[in-house]
Amino acid sequence: MWRFIGFRLLQSIPVLLVVITVTFFLVRLAPGGPFSSEKAVIPEVKAALEEQYRLNLPMYEQYIAYLADLAEGDLGPSFKYPGRSVNELIAAGFPVTAELGFYALLVAISIGGIAGIVASLRPNSAQDYIPMSVAMIGICVPSLLMGPILILVFGIYLEWLPVSGWGDMPGDKILPAITLGSTYAAYIARLSRAGMLEVMSQDYIRTARAKGLPEWQVVVRHGLRGGLIPVVAFLGPAFAGLLSGSFVVETIFQIPGLGRFYVQAAFNRDYTMILGATVFLATLIIVFNLLSDILAAWMNPRLRSQYGGR
Amino acid sequence: MDAPTITDIAQAEQGSSLWRDAWLRLRRNRLAVFGLAVLSFFIVIALLTPWIAPYAYAQQQLELGATPPSAAHWLGTDIFGRDMLTQIMYGGRISLAVGFIATSVALLIGITWGAIAGYFGGKVDALMMRLVDILYALPFMIFIVLLMVVFGRNMLLLFLAIGAVEWLTMARIMRSQVQSLRQQEFVEAAISLGLSPATIIRRHLVPNALGPIIVYTTLTIPSVMLLEAFLSFLGLGVQPPQTSWGLLIAYGAETMEEYPWLLLYPGLTLVLTLFSLNFLGDGLRDALDVRGAKD
Repeated sequence: MWRFIGFRLLQSIPVLLVVITVTFFLVRLAPGGPFSSEKAVIPEVKAALEEQYRLNLPMYEQYIAYLADLAEGDLGPSFKYPGRSVNELIAAGFPVTAELGFYALLVAISIGGIAGIVASLRPNSAQDYIPMSVAMIGICVPSLLMGPILILVFGIYLEWLPVSGWGDMPGDKILPAITLGSTYAAYIARLSRAGMLEVMSQDYIRTARAKGLPEWQVVVRHGLRGGLIPVVAFLGPAFAGLLSGSFVVETIFQIPGLGRFYVQAAFNRDYTMILGATVFLATLIIVFNLLSDILAAWMNPRLRSQYGGR
Repeated sequence: MDAPTITDIAQAEQGSSLWRDAWLRLRRNRLAVFGLAVLSFFIVIALLTPWIAPYAYAQQQLELGATPPSAAHWLGTDIFGRDMLTQIMYGGRISLAVGFIATSVALLIGITWGAIAGYFGGKVDALMMRLVDILYALPFMIFIVLLMVVFGRNMLLLFLAIGAVEWLTMARIMRSQVQSLRQQEFVEAAISLGLSPATIIRRHLVPNALGPIIVYTTLTIPSVMLLEAFLSFLGLGVQPPQTSWGLLIAYGAETMEEYPWLLLYPGLTLVLTLFSLNFLGDGLRDALDVRGAKD
């Protein structure tokens, strides 16, 4: 197990380095510097600014200096908001995005998991078709449509819930979480159904039934652990999807999270912010993929021994 | 052209009966047939739009403003008095074009990459698939936004950027197909005849892996179209004066309180298309008996 974790950790380092390098040089390739559009900047001011952002140095020195700062966790100053660092912007936006992502994942796992398990217990019956058809709708109705529709129905027509904001009014976190979570609920429903169907036909389930265990115990104590491995393995990629999906949801519901900052930075050509946020998100996603792989390996004895042996 | 030899005829018959079997199976799947019908209808409409659209694309009637569906404007008009049906038809051309072209880009990269990795095996394979694993772990939405910012927002780039991130699963599928085909006698025969790897891949391996390729292509198109819609919704994809379903949904969402039909119709069109593609993909997978083409 430790070998597996160590192996995957070592593997993450070059990946991260590649991401940082590619992003850094890609952003530097962008046409027009951050100040070139501004009208007639006094040469001294321009020189001072360039020095502050290290634009006076050759490219490779900028890169090395950036890596050195990064090693200390410093993502540099923002181009667009003078006096604010990228770290501050991320620190302001990320907790909101993380909270939104957490609630969305909660929605996705609870609704998707239950729907998938229920469907798998009686395959090819109404109990299977109805939740799975709903899941198909969840996959095909993207958040950019789901969000406005939920706002229209629950916020404007029924007036049950606030239409936007985050933490300003009670209940304003419900619609964003459902919007963001619905697609993933649908995927999780499909994965858990397929996983459970496969596991429930295995010999050890027959043994459990032969022992005379009640069916719910067979499902909960023996079926779930194996049946949900695909779901756990999906959580890493799902987390990455939740983060990028939150771009849209944060825009729809006007939530001051990292996704909204990122899109704004893209419009403002705030290069350091984009660079910093990309590095930050990529790191986060790599860590989450790692965690979800470890969890899946821990749940699956076959995978565990595969890496234990090496 | 030479007269067909016996082997040619035998091959043709073999081939057609395999595909005919699949077609018969597909036809029994009502949802897949529905998907195919809807999709064909939309594609025909998209191709004919310049000739059959009820109004000119840029035609505004500012004094008319936003009106609900009527006899003159079947799906209503937007705040500039533009006919919504016309907007959706022209938007569909772009949305579908992005879907098909970006998928073709992804297909080309994925098939080539996977076939080379699977054909040569060993260190080449390990290196190439390691790279695929690495790319899998990256946040693509973020990278596409990054690319759009760095290189400006133009359509060609949109096709390439989306295609460039959607090829990974295709590469994996192609590789596993080639790995199993590689062991078969007809490939050994081709090698001993002295054919080059490129020829073997093109003439023998790709045609034999056509089933999984078709199935996965059908399932890639909706995710590509969704990416385009996401980007356009954020204002980073298709730019006015051009339009797409994602952009129309974004505009519709701004005024949905007063004019809900401006959100509803483009939304329904997009969802119907995604539904159709997913149903067709699922149906094709069953009909062609392809395993593990999804996820």
